[in-house]
Amino acid sequence: MNKIWLVMQREYLTRVRKRSFLLTTILVPLVIIGFYAAIIAISLSGSTTSRNVAIIDKDGLFGDSVEKSKDDNWNYSFIDRQDLDSYIDKYEKNGFSSVLFIPPLNIDSPGGILVHSHAALSLSEKIKIESVINRAIEKKRMIAAHIDPSQYKAISSDVSVENPVDSQNGVKKSIAGVAYAISFVAGILIYMILLIYGTMVMRGVMEEKVNRIAEVIVSSVKPFQLMMGKIIGIGAVGLTQFIIWILLMFVLQLLLPLIFPSLVHQVAAQSGQQANMLHEVLAGIGGLPIGLIIFSFFFYFLGGYLLYASLFAAIGSAVSEDQQEAQQLTLPIIMPVILGFVIMTKAVNDPNNGLAIFGSLFPLTSPIVMMGRIAYSPPAWQIILSMVLLILGFLFFTWLTAKIYRTGILMYGKKASWKEMIKWAFRK
Amino acid sequence: MQFLEVNHLKKYFATQKAVDDISFGINKGSIFGLLGPNGAGKTTLIRMITGIFYADEGTISLEGKKFDPTKDVGQIGYMPEERGLYKKMKIGEQAVYLAQLKGLSRKDAMEKVKQWFIKFEMQSWWNKKVEDLSKGMGQKLQFVTTVLHEPKLIILDEPFSGLDPVNSNLIKDEIFALSRKGSTIIFSTHRMEQVEEICNHIILVNKGMKILDGSVSEIRQQFKENLYQVGLEQDEEAIASETFDLIGKKNMDLFIRIKTGFSTNDVLQFFIEKKLNIRSFQELLPSLNDIFIKLVEGTPLSRQFQNTNA
Repeated sequence: MNKIWLVMQREYLTRVRKRSFLLTTILVPLVIIGFYAAIIAISLSGSTTSRNVAIIDKDGLFGDSVEKSKDDNWNYSFIDRQDLDSYIDKYEKNGFSSVLFIPPLNIDSPGGILVHSHAALSLSEKIKIESVINRAIEKKRMIAAHIDPSQYKAISSDVSVENPVDSQNGVKKSIAGVAYAISFVAGILIYMILLIYGTMVMRGVMEEKVNRIAEVIVSSVKPFQLMMGKIIGIGAVGLTQFIIWILLMFVLQLLLPLIFPSLVHQVAAQSGQQANMLHEVLAGIGGLPIGLIIFSFFFYFLGGYLLYASLFAAIGSAVSEDQQEAQQLTLPIIMPVILGFVIMTKAVNDPNNGLAIFGSLFPLTSPIVMMGRIAYSPPAWQIILSMVLLILGFLFFTWLTAKIYRTGILMYGKKASWKEMIKWAFRK
Repeated sequence: MQFLEVNHLKKYFATQKAVDDISFGINKGSIFGLLGPNGAGKTTLIRMITGIFYADEGTISLEGKKFDPTKDVGQIGYMPEERGLYKKMKIGEQAVYLAQLKGLSRKDAMEKVKQWFIKFEMQSWWNKKVEDLSKGMGQKLQFVTTVLHEPKLIILDEPFSGLDPVNSNLIKDEIFALSRKGSTIIFSTHRMEQVEEICNHIILVNKGMKILDGSVSEIRQQFKENLYQVGLEQDEEAIASETFDLIGKKNMDLFIRIKTGFSTNDVLQFFIEKKLNIRSFQELLPSLNDIFIKLVEGTPLSRQFQNTNA
């Protein structure tokens, strides 16, 4: 036990003291927050730019006013007694960004509509103009079919469904959207953790083999102690990194409004719709089993990491110096991780689907899949069974891989095949 | 009771009998040579003695007690042939870490490392990384980490490879000093001249089996082939006698094998009768190298003999 602790200490300290650790630990949240801020800034600024559009309406499609949708803040002006050809040179001088030309139309198959602009329209701008035209054409068609447009408007419907969730603690508000987002993010995080830290363990083992120190160490420490010390040490590095990230994100989130004051104004100036959405999100978060989610996250983080780290350690011990050999051998290990990821994307949409339930119980996929389901409060027996199976899976794989590892780290020269590794594992 | 006793040790792998019923004993404080060609099973044997492998059959006892890998690793210092250190780790820290793994407390480990670093004039290396060291310097560091915790049993696999003569001697002196202080040393190598110089007792292992066991002088006596070198005062062309076969000649030195039934005096008699003045007369004992090659390859000793000693 004492020796596992010593090995762990070394693994932890050498990694944490590296410059690259400091760099990634500090840079990653900065990059994420920066990204985040950029997206918000872009989406906010995108919706506020207003444009002036000139309309040459040879058909009289719009009548005398353009019917706009609620969030359309563009200005449309009709230009009378002008030809498109002659106006093309002038519209920019007159303060328009583009000119929309409607030729005389056959209302059953309208065509020949043009928008001239100096800068190409973006997809969203094009859609906006098309929707304006479509609305006008639909209106004309309704009149042609003797439907009163105002009556049609009164008939058409746009409902939103609420989904109160019945639990022991009474009825909760709908959580679908928030649950989806949280499940997805948690699943992806676990997925990344398994791959990133798993590979880190594998590289650590390979380093010991390549540097030929493995035999020196196992003459004083049991191979199992060396493997566990390494796995726990690197796991601790991962935890440290996560805790720093969470703290940094928290601090940065507090600092963000101070750094970009304009952002806050813009958010505040947004229409009531977004405020409503924010309100809904907060209510949704309140409806989630937050404690369970955080506990599960750390449980599946550790459980999944420990299980996969032992597998990666075994691979690292079996290859010699070649990185490519390692890649070939890791494929069968990465496959269940990817499978878990795929099931997880399904599980966040349909958490009680049979495949999702299986995936959240099977130890090789459960850390990812269960995180995709956990926000939807799956039955307690499934959570408990999944956790027990994960612990059993971890014990089984550690027992198995320790044997591969023991033989592998002292083998030099050729790469071990899967067949050989299985033989090592089941030899007494 | 011997310090280390190995009884009928066996370790079979799927494809070969790596160690097939080997027994030997080593006295406390002696320097023991473990010889054998590549793939003879030396490393497997050593790994069982260090507790890295478990034997399929047979026992190992240390100071009369059954060897217990978990408890006894602190008594053993092992420098494997495939050796190395963490390249990115600082040298001082690394030495302390390895000593701690052998069971020393951090404080003791620091102290010991400092003592050894001073002894080997390595103090200035403390904060350097292993990747900054030359091969020979790395080797010295490796040796220090092997003997740092004052093990009772030191196992050195090719300890001199990559060392220049000065550092070789430094390590060699250290090996003698450790042996005088009571450490028992197992020394595994292919370099026979070092074995002759250093070891009291050797065994030769081939194909998993022990084929030779004894002290260096005993073994050389055992394998002697009645070969003598006769130095004459003049170059003599035609020499033939019923007492010996002439098997080689270099300038005024003759290499002869005395025929069975004749003694050295019969040979000397022959030269005296021939009125040939003898400048020197000495027995040629086979070197360990010759014995090694003879046993391992099964080739006649005399053929090799001319090449190496003429």
